[in-house]
Amino acid sequence: MIINHPILGPRDAQEFVYLGDASLIQRPDGMTASIEAFHDYTYLRDNSAGPHRELWYHEQGDRSWLVVTRNTLTHEILKVELARDVARAEGRSR
Amino acid sequence: MSQTHRIDAKLSAGQVDRSRTLRFHFDGVAYAGHPGDTLASALLANGVRLMGRSFKYHRPRGPISAGSEEPNALVELRSGARQEPNTRATVAELFDGLTAQSQNRWPSLRFDALSINDRLNSFFTAGFYYKTFMWPASFWEKVYEPIIRRAAGLGTLNRQEDPDSYDKGFLHCDVLIIGAGPAGLAAALTAGRSGARVILADEDFRMGGRLNAETFVLGEASGADWAKAAVAELASLPNVRLMARTTVVGTFDHGIYGAVERVSDHLLEPLPGKPRQTFWRIYSKRAILAGGATERPIAFENNDRPGIMLAGALRAYANRWGVAVGRRVAIFTNNDDGLRSAVDLAAKGVDVVAIIDSRADATLLPGIRHLRGAVVTDTAGRLGLSQVTVRHADGRSETIGVEALGVSGGWNPVVNLTSHHRAKPVWREDIAAFVPAGGESGLAPTYVAGAAGGDLSTHGALVTGNEMARRALEDLGFAARPSDLPRAEDAPVVLQPLWHVKGAKRAWIDQQNDVTVKDIKLAHQENFTAVEHLKRYTTLGMATDQGKTSNVLGLAVMAELTGKTIPQTGTTIYRPPYTPVALGALGGRARGRDFKPFRLTPSHKWAAEQGATFVEVGYWMRTQWVPRASETEWRQSVDREVLATRRSVGICDVTTLGKIDIQGTDAGVFLDRVYANTFSTLAVGKCRYGLMLREDGMVFDDGTTARMAPNEYVMTTTTANAVAVFRHLEFCRQCLWPDLDVQLISTTEAWAQFSVAGPNARNLLQKVVDQDISDAAFPYMAAGSITVGGLRARLFRISFSGELAYEIAVPTRYGDAMIRKLMEAGAEFDAVVYGTEALGVMRVEKGHVAGNELNGTSTALNMGLGKMVSRKKDSIGMVLSQREGMSRDDGLRLVGVKPVDPADALKAGSHLLKTGAAATVQNDDGWLTSLVWSPHLGHYIALAYLKNGANRLGETMRAVNLLAGTDVAVEIVSPHFIDPEGERLRG
Repeated sequence: MIINHPILGPRDAQEFVYLGDASLIQRPDGMTASIEAFHDYTYLRDNSAGPHRELWYHEQGDRSWLVVTRNTLTHEILKVELARDVARAEGRSR
Repeated sequence: MSQTHRIDAKLSAGQVDRSRTLRFHFDGVAYAGHPGDTLASALLANGVRLMGRSFKYHRPRGPISAGSEEPNALVELRSGARQEPNTRATVAELFDGLTAQSQNRWPSLRFDALSINDRLNSFFTAGFYYKTFMWPASFWEKVYEPIIRRAAGLGTLNRQEDPDSYDKGFLHCDVLIIGAGPAGLAAALTAGRSGARVILADEDFRMGGRLNAETFVLGEASGADWAKAAVAELASLPNVRLMARTTVVGTFDHGIYGAVERVSDHLLEPLPGKPRQTFWRIYSKRAILAGGATERPIAFENNDRPGIMLAGALRAYANRWGVAVGRRVAIFTNNDDGLRSAVDLAAKGVDVVAIIDSRADATLLPGIRHLRGAVVTDTAGRLGLSQVTVRHADGRSETIGVEALGVSGGWNPVVNLTSHHRAKPVWREDIAAFVPAGGESGLAPTYVAGAAGGDLSTHGALVTGNEMARRALEDLGFAARPSDLPRAEDAPVVLQPLWHVKGAKRAWIDQQNDVTVKDIKLAHQENFTAVEHLKRYTTLGMATDQGKTSNVLGLAVMAELTGKTIPQTGTTIYRPPYTPVALGALGGRARGRDFKPFRLTPSHKWAAEQGATFVEVGYWMRTQWVPRASETEWRQSVDREVLATRRSVGICDVTTLGKIDIQGTDAGVFLDRVYANTFSTLAVGKCRYGLMLREDGMVFDDGTTARMAPNEYVMTTTTANAVAVFRHLEFCRQCLWPDLDVQLISTTEAWAQFSVAGPNARNLLQKVVDQDISDAAFPYMAAGSITVGGLRARLFRISFSGELAYEIAVPTRYGDAMIRKLMEAGAEFDAVVYGTEALGVMRVEKGHVAGNELNGTSTALNMGLGKMVSRKKDSIGMVLSQREGMSRDDGLRLVGVKPVDPADALKAGSHLLKTGAAATVQNDDGWLTSLVWSPHLGHYIALAYLKNGANRLGETMRAVNLLAGTDVAVEIVSPHFIDPEGERLRG
C-alpha cells in the first residue's frame, strides 16, 4: 500500500504504524465526561464497509500522525490529511 | 540410457543445444539432456514418463503440462542441505550434475506399497476425513492424524540449514509487463520504444511464451526467432529491464507486485556472493497482464496415466524441446486447437494414429484418422499409457494402442493475478472460458492483453499487447509511436464444450489432490453444491498448483449436475502466490542473527572484553552478568554483583531506557495529561517517578522525569516501551491537544547513561564529575546538567536498587570512555559492573515493579500506587481507572512473598492458595510475578499479586505450582524487603 503523505509525497505503508479509527481524536474531557462516555470513546467503533477514516503514524519518517480515508473494500485511499489539521478543524485546541 | 525419444534434429531441432550434453540423475539412474531442457523434457527424451505418485491414491503419474501449471511431476530436487521438495519437473531448468528424487512413494517409484490406497478408493472419497475420523475424538491427535500425515503428503524436508542466501529487492517502473509471450513482447516493444521505464518479467528462462512452443510464423520469421529478435531489441533499450526466470506471484495494493527471481536455480550452486532467489517488490504506475492461457483437460475414465498429457504440452515438447513423448500418439479434443497438435506432431515424424474428436461436425482434417463424434472411455497401462478405448459416434468401441494421448478441452485465460484484487472473472460463452472482469482490476488501472484477456490467437495477442501498452502510455503522458505488427496466425476459437465423458467414475479432475468426477457427484449428492463448498469438501483446487488445470473443469461438472449454467455456478478466485514461494525467499536475509536488528550499548565493547554474558532485551544486547574466572554458576556471579553493590558500589549500563526531551511553554501541562500524577509543580533541578496509564485505565509505562529548566523536561521510559511511549506522546500532542506549545524528540541514542549505586556511589562519582555533588548540593531526586572533565553531562540522583544511587549521562560517543573512567575511579572501592540479573534481584528486594508487574492488565491500584492517579486534573486513563471492577478494595494488590522455611525454594509462576484449600481455579487467590534469590536475606523472595493483598500481610499461604509439582508454605509480607524506610537512598 502507498500512502500519499501531505508533506512527503507517496510513501510505502511499511513506514507507517496503524492505530485505528480517527474517532480517537474526539477524546472527551476527563474533568466533565462520564465513565460511560469514555467507555464508548475507548471501545466502540463503526466497522464500515467502504470509506473509513483512520489514524496512521509515520514512524519511519517525519512522525506525523495522519488521517487516511481508505475504502476498506478496495483499499483505495481517498484522502490523506495531517491529523493535527483535522483535530483543529474538529475544534480541538489545547 | 540414451535419449531414445529425441526427435531427429532435421525434423525438429527445438530450442535445445544438442552440441552440448548435460548429465543428470533421477532416482539414482544416470541420464543425459541438453542445455535448454527442463527436467521433464530431458526425462521424456529418455523415455521416462513415470515421475511421481499421486497424493492420496499413490497412482503412478507423469507430467501433463510443459509449464508452471503442472500438478503431477513434482520431485525433490538436489540432495543434502540443498534438497528442495515439490519442485515441478516441468519448470526445473536442467543443469549439469542435477540430481532429483521422486517423492510420495515407498519403497520405489515403480513399486509403491501405498498404492493399496487406490484399491481402497471407495473409502477415500470426498469428505472421507470428516466422516471416518469423527470418533472417538481422543483418537484424532494420537492415532488418526499421525497415520494420515505419514500416508499423505508430497515431498519431505531434510531439516538441514539451507546453505544459500536469499535477497529482497525493490524496483520501480512506469509499466510492468507480466509475461513475455507475443502479447507481452508487443506491449514491451511499444512501451519500451516510447521511453517509458519498463519491466518485462517472465517465469520461463527463455522469453517468448507459446511462440517457443508453436510452429507459427510472424511476418517472415518463425515465432521463436521473432521473439528472440524482440528480446534482443528490448535488451538494447536502457529504459527496459528484462527479468527472465521471474514469476510475478502476487498483485498487491496501489500497483505493487511481488515477484520471485530464481537467480541461481539453474546452477548446481549459486555463484559466490549471489543469492539463490530474490524476492522483488515492484512498484508500477501501470501494469499489463499478459500471462497467457492454460489448457484444460477433459475428464474420462483413468485419464491420469503417465503419457496422457495436455495436447498443447505434447506439441510443446515436440516443437520446443524436440521430444516425442510417445512414438504412437492419439489426440482427444473438443476444439480446433487440439487438431493443431496432431498436425505438428505428424510433421515431426510422430505416428498420430487417431484424432478422437468429440464434435460430430468438426471440419475433417485430411491425412490423419479423424474420428468425429467419438470420445475416449477408458485407458490401460499400469505404469504408463499403453492403449485407449474409444467409443465411436455409432456407439461401437475400439481399443487403440498408443504411448501418449494429447487431451484438449480448450484454453483458460490465466486470471489469477487479476483475482488477487477480488475481481471475479466473468464467463465468455464464445470461447467457453472465464476472462478477467473488464479490462481493469484493482486500484491502479491494470490492463490485460493477449490470451490472458481471452484473445487466444497470435494476431489477437500482438494487437491487444500493443493497444494496452498504448493506453498505459497515454495514462502516463508518454507518446506512443505507431508500431508495425507482423502478420500472424488469427485462428478463431472453434470449440464445443465437453467437460467429462458420461459414465466415467474415476475420471480425474484435480490430479494433484486426487479429486475425481465421482467426488464432485458425491459433493452434489450431499448438497455441497456452492463452488466455495465444493472446493473445501472435495479439496478441488486446494493443492500446491491451486487448481490451474482443474478448477474450471470441476465447476463445469458441478454445473452439469445442478442443471445450472457455468456463470450461474460461479467460480472461486485465486490468492497469492501464483506459484509456490520458498519461505527462504520471503525471509530474505532476515534469518538467524539477522532475523531482527540488534543494538549494542555504549559499554558493550568494554563488557565483552570482561567476558560478560549478554541477553536480548528488545532489540538491545544487555550485559546479563559478568562472570569471574572462579565462578562456575551464574548465581555466583549475580550474588556477588548484588552484594558488592549493596556493600560498596556497582555500575550498570542503563542507556537502553527510553529518553524523551520535552520542551515548550506547555511542557508541564502536557506531562500532567499524559502522566497520572502531576509534573507541572515539579521544581527545576528535580526529578519525580511518573506513572503513565492507557486510556482504558491500565498501567502503560513508568519512569522518572526530570525538570531541567522551566520549559524543559527529560522523560525516561522502560526499555521495552521506549518506542510505544514516544508514539503515544506524539498522538496526544498532534491529535488530542494540537495547540499546546510542546515539542518532543527521542534522545535514547544521544546519551550513554550509567547507574552508579551503593554506599560509595557518591565517593566514586565525586572523583569523576567537576561539580560538588554532596548531599546538600545534590540531594535525593536532584537532576541537572554537569560536566565531566569539561564534557557536558547530566546527573540524576535516582535509585532503582534502593541504594544511594545516581544515573550519569554523557554524549553516546563518550560512553566507552565513561565506563572505563568509572571503573578506574571505582577501583579503590572495589566497584563492580552489574548486569540485568543483579538489577532484577535488587529491584525485587526493594519492591519496585518492572515488566512482570507492568503486564498490560494491571492498574495503579493493583501495584499499590492507586494514590498516584490524580483526580484534580484530566489525564489519559484517569476516568476509566475508576471503573467499578478496577477499583475494588479487595482486588489484586502487590505484596511480597517469602518461604516460611528459608530453606524452601520458590517456583516462578506459583499460585497462592489459602492453607488447606484445594488447588483449583476457584480457590486461586493470586500468583507470583517476579521471583529471585536474595543474597542479602539468604532465601528466595518474590513479588506477587494477591486478592485483597494489602490486608493480608502476615498470612501464611501455599504457593503451588502444579506444573513443577511444588507446594511451599509462604508468608505474605510487605514488598519492600530491604530498607523499607528508604534511609539508604537518601544517605
